[in-house]
Amino acid sequence: MEKNTNRVVVTAVGKDTKGIIAAVSTALAERDINILDISQTILQEFFTMIMVVDMTDCQISFSNLKEELGLLGQKHGVVISCQHEEIFQYMHRI
Amino acid sequence: MPISISNAEILETIQMIESENLDIRTITMGISLRDCAHPDIDVLCDKIYQKITTYAKDLVKVGEEVAEDYGIPIINKRISVTPISIVADSCEAPDYVKIAKTLDAAARAVGVNFIGGFSALVQKGMTKGDEKLIQSIPQALAETEFVCASVNVASSKAGINMDAVRLMGEAVKKSAELTADNDGLGSAKLVVFCNAVEDNPFMAGAFHGVGEAEVVLNVGVSGPGVVLNAVRKIPDAPFDELATTIKHTAFKVTRTGELVGREAAKRLGIPFGIVDLSLAPTPAIGDSVADILEAMGLERCGTHGTTAALAMLNDAVKKGGAMASSHVGGLSGAFIPVSEDAGMIRAVEEDALHLDKLEAMTCVCSVGLDMIAVPGDTSAETIAAIIADEAAIGMINKKTTAVRIIPVPGKKVGETVVFGGLLGYAPIMAVNQYQSSKFIQRGGRIPAPIHALNN
Repeated sequence: MEKNTNRVVVTAVGKDTKGIIAAVSTALAERDINILDISQTILQEFFTMIMVVDMTDCQISFSNLKEELGLLGQKHGVVISCQHEEIFQYMHRI
Repeated sequence: MPISISNAEILETIQMIESENLDIRTITMGISLRDCAHPDIDVLCDKIYQKITTYAKDLVKVGEEVAEDYGIPIINKRISVTPISIVADSCEAPDYVKIAKTLDAAARAVGVNFIGGFSALVQKGMTKGDEKLIQSIPQALAETEFVCASVNVASSKAGINMDAVRLMGEAVKKSAELTADNDGLGSAKLVVFCNAVEDNPFMAGAFHGVGEAEVVLNVGVSGPGVVLNAVRKIPDAPFDELATTIKHTAFKVTRTGELVGREAAKRLGIPFGIVDLSLAPTPAIGDSVADILEAMGLERCGTHGTTAALAMLNDAVKKGGAMASSHVGGLSGAFIPVSEDAGMIRAVEEDALHLDKLEAMTCVCSVGLDMIAVPGDTSAETIAAIIADEAAIGMINKKTTAVRIIPVPGKKVGETVVFGGLLGYAPIMAVNQYQSSKFIQRGGRIPAPIHALNN
């Protein structure tokens, strides 16, 4: 399987409030992270956002990004997680 | 460029890691010590220390980096070495306690939390070195913190070495007595095997087999919580569907282990060995194999139907795992330790689960009687007889079986012992009150079964 360590899946799950996507996108832009794909759904006021981002130009480490987005999530009342895309490819595709 | 994974799949993965305790239970570096052999024990110990601290110096750091980079916890970093009885066979020292202390010091220096391989393979007979090793076990376990010991006393090909079984009954008993201040913790680090595997990454039974390479990285993946949630989602499904669901779940868990293991091996610059997909419970709520069996429809683990439920679970886990990795090895299946599984503990406390039922369950689980606390006045011969029973099950059924039993000094049935951490706590279980001593005192070997003659 081709390895691409720069692509990361960012998910935000929680109660729907205004401005979550704006906050996450701004945070990513400030860190030179490019958004490749984004989708968002709301199920019974339960907000779910999934982004695929490219960290090629990003100067901070993956672990720092995780920590900073985690704090941002807390501020907005959602849980934000970051995972390398590889994990999903490996787990769900042969 | 969108990725080809659906949103549902992404959320499933996130949930597995964040709320269902999916983790890599251990990355275990296997190191051959065969080239360390030397008649002088001081030289031998120097060589062992140098070799382990050289090969494994970055193991913990790399483990932590990979865990951080992939967002999947790697709980334990461990080392397994060539069975010490082989490494020390030419050594002239009267006992091997000093070697155990050397392993302990090396483990401490590189920061791993267990080192396995204070071991001997004596299924057919014992060399002088094997006997010295077995005699050294109780003191070695009492005077070290990280060292784990194991002895293989039987195999489907060789039969059961009943002299070794008798010695191991005594070794288990003495290991508990020498660590009486810690409730017999010594015998929690001692496993007696039949058909031991050479690439098992899980403690306390890990050692680096003689057929293995110079150095290798094996991975132990767990995930009872993930399987439990999958089973709970289909409470009324027939067994066909249940088995398929468990298989799919085991597949996903193993794939994660394969990815993380390969990455860690690459960063360490050593070959990747195997993934061992074992449902290894922890005392954490929801991380229990007993809970999975109960979720299948049993009121309590240990009641009638438990063996069938466990057989299905163990097989489905193996099938899912086998498809997911290029090399599945180790023990791969479901572990049924008592003290490390909150559901098992409850089943014992509520009188649903007894030693006899656990023995039946070991016919179909991936290993054997594990982390079982028995009264401190249980005789060495009774413990040896329990070992003989387990070895017989393994020998006849061509599977790995093991005994890790703790005769807790000063404790009786109805009391509880707390080992702490991943080792958990356990109610003291009753053993049969009738004696087996005359049977054990016969000695000799139980011949290999007829199906060993398969050439």
